[in-house]
Amino acid sequence: MFVRLVYESFRRQKRRKLLAGVAITLGVTVATAMIGVATDIGDKINRELRTIGANLVVTPQEDSLDVEIGGVNLKPPTDGAFLSEADLPKIKGIFWHNNITGFAPMLPVSVVIDPNVKQQDGTEQNVTLLGTYFAKQLSYGKDEFVTGVRSTLPWWKVSGAWPDDSSQDILVGERLAKRLGAKSGDNIATAGRQLRVSGILSTGGTEDDEIVAPLGLAQEILGRPGAVRRIYVSALTKPEDAFARRDPRSMSGAVYDRWYCSPYPQSIAFQLAEAIPHSQAEQIRQVSQNEGAVLTRIEGLILLITLAALFASALAVSAAMATTIFERRAEVGLMKALGAGKLAIASIFFAEATLLAIIGGLVGFAVGGVLAHQIGQSIFNSDISLPPVLLPVVLAIAVTVTFAGSAAAIRRAVGLDPVFALRGEL
Amino acid sequence: MFLRMLVRAAVLRRGRAVSALFAMVVAAAVATAMLNLYIDVQAKLQREFRNYGANIILIGRDNSGNDGASLPADALARVDSVLAGRGIAAPFALVVARTSGGQAIVVAGTDFERVRVLDRWWSVSGWPKTAAGQFGEMSHYENQKPHPVAQDATRMGHPQSSSALVGVRAIEAVSPKNQAFDLSFQGRTLQVIPVGTVRTGAAEDSRIYLSLDDFIAWTGVQPSTIEVAASGSPEEVNAIMNQLALAIPTGEVRPVRQIMEGEARVLGKTRATLLAAAALIILTAALCVLSTLTGWVFDRRRDFAIMKALGASQRLLNSFFAAEAAALGAAGALIGFVIGIGIAAWIGRVNFHAPVMPRLSVLPVVLAGSMAVTLLSAILPISLLRRVQPAVILRGE
Repeated sequence: MFVRLVYESFRRQKRRKLLAGVAITLGVTVATAMIGVATDIGDKINRELRTIGANLVVTPQEDSLDVEIGGVNLKPPTDGAFLSEADLPKIKGIFWHNNITGFAPMLPVSVVIDPNVKQQDGTEQNVTLLGTYFAKQLSYGKDEFVTGVRSTLPWWKVSGAWPDDSSQDILVGERLAKRLGAKSGDNIATAGRQLRVSGILSTGGTEDDEIVAPLGLAQEILGRPGAVRRIYVSALTKPEDAFARRDPRSMSGAVYDRWYCSPYPQSIAFQLAEAIPHSQAEQIRQVSQNEGAVLTRIEGLILLITLAALFASALAVSAAMATTIFERRAEVGLMKALGAGKLAIASIFFAEATLLAIIGGLVGFAVGGVLAHQIGQSIFNSDISLPPVLLPVVLAIAVTVTFAGSAAAIRRAVGLDPVFALRGEL
Repeated sequence: MFLRMLVRAAVLRRGRAVSALFAMVVAAAVATAMLNLYIDVQAKLQREFRNYGANIILIGRDNSGNDGASLPADALARVDSVLAGRGIAAPFALVVARTSGGQAIVVAGTDFERVRVLDRWWSVSGWPKTAAGQFGEMSHYENQKPHPVAQDATRMGHPQSSSALVGVRAIEAVSPKNQAFDLSFQGRTLQVIPVGTVRTGAAEDSRIYLSLDDFIAWTGVQPSTIEVAASGSPEEVNAIMNQLALAIPTGEVRPVRQIMEGEARVLGKTRATLLAAAALIILTAALCVLSTLTGWVFDRRRDFAIMKALGASQRLLNSFFAAEAAALGAAGALIGFVIGIGIAAWIGRVNFHAPVMPRLSVLPVVLAGSMAVTLLSAILPISLLRRVQPAVILRGE
């Protein structure tokens, strides 16, 4: 009897049920899409922020002071300590290796450009030759990955071609190229070699006055195979808080584990220093500090908007449910006149509401998932996927909201005098 | 008569009218809040990005085009007048000095008050006091007077000692116990008293920072670099760059490309996400209003039939329902606008610690949108009922 009542109600009142169902579906769609975006936005923006450059730097522990003005290093090139290139792949072996989006080693070497090309005032052309990875194929264990400045420093623009990491080709900074009159395809004589210019580099920074070469070439010129001066690492990090700033040495076991296993800039730096022998790692505060602030703001904004969206869709669903029940007061009157108890009437309505909520919730979740995916693809060129655990949560919310929206209307409908309801005088 | 009909219709069926109005208010409030946020978020996030420091660098160049030459003595004053409160600039002068042990070290002269505002990420244990005394109360850096950089080292006679901010790596190398130490530059010796350390993870860690006055008096070297954090949209920043290039012809103006590009990317993506969310939410709200109102008008088919039976023309009926819908839309939009402004301001306070300014330009959009939705939801049922005989409706069929 109960099942038949509910079934008949759906069969006879297709239009009303459809309206309420559409309202629930829409509400759940928006809620699902927004929750999907909100949970993933931090990661997405974090990746975009990586375009500002590396946020961690690894340097030799016993290094002497840098004497550098405007990108020109005045320290004798053989002075100070070096890191070993062979240790680089170990960066991909740290606990948070999935958060390392890329790294690039740097080895600056001072070279003198061909003595035939003198400056206007007759002095020698002393320039910095910076050895690095462009897009180097590396492997750690079974892991194969490509890293280098092309991914970690995306604002470097090259007219011409990027050199191959195993070649002897070089990039010439645009201001230096102007002074030398060099074009891509030319040869530049320096350090006793003829180096082919594969492209002109424009960075807007000090590299515009430098030569950038594959790391192997720089090591050869310096006469120190396998040497690296510093490593810039791009990592996805979590905004730091008071806990992040604590000294790991003063922590007890469990607290230390929690610190170690949180992707703070500090703990990733700590792990980098552990992974690479005789090194110290430090966060580049200009990048890492501000990143946290920007990330917190954007995440907060989207979270608040998601809350607003949830609230608005809850209201919409409640309004739709109230309307459908309000329209059926004559039916309620008839049921009461036939002797149905308040409980029986209410349970019929609640059963209907639950059924509507579950159907609407399922359809809405599917549509919302597609929508979130579309937003991810069109804005961030990467997928936003919904965790499956979201489905029961969304369904529970949908049922609760539908119940809450129906409750007031059902109470009023049940409380009516059947005589008035049947005469249509309300 | 027409007005009375409108008013009575709303008063008599209070419950339904209120619920329709409520739906309209929610939709208008959500739309207002989203549009307001969308307009304002750029300015809010740009402010966050200015914490990344300089987005423009002004570098002195010598005649043969090499970096590192001194800028004219009044360069900072000229930069300040170009900026006119739209940002902050800090001068830097750099030399290589030697410690008494013969170690080479980079010493910089700068204006600590400005650096403190410009480079907020510097982790400093204690800032040196400047001639102006403590500068904790410096809240409006825009109002600062140009720094008196034009001082002649020889006339002043170089100072005996100076307090300094020392990089964390420099202090380990030159004065691990935080004692005063001597630096010499071209035969002139200066006693440096470390009052604080600076940690940035970059080149600053290996440097020693003096106040610009002491630095110039000691070395006679004028600033060669001015870092500028200009606020505003990319077009405004470009305009400032052009003005700077005109104001200081001997210097070269360079954008800090990674900051500018990163900022543009993140802002663009955030705004796009916000727009997608706004479109979704507004669409849902509008559809809900549509369904609620359609139900309401449809429910009143008896009023409609009675009016028609009493001899009202189709035109009068249409204009009656249209006026009702427009009034509902306008009222809902106005109340919703006020509430939406409140929501946007609250989100601004909670998230950005600065209120989102109410944008009156949003009002006409919300008003027009609301009225369009309400009119649409009135037209649908009326056109359905048009062909039906009033007697059929009145019989309740």
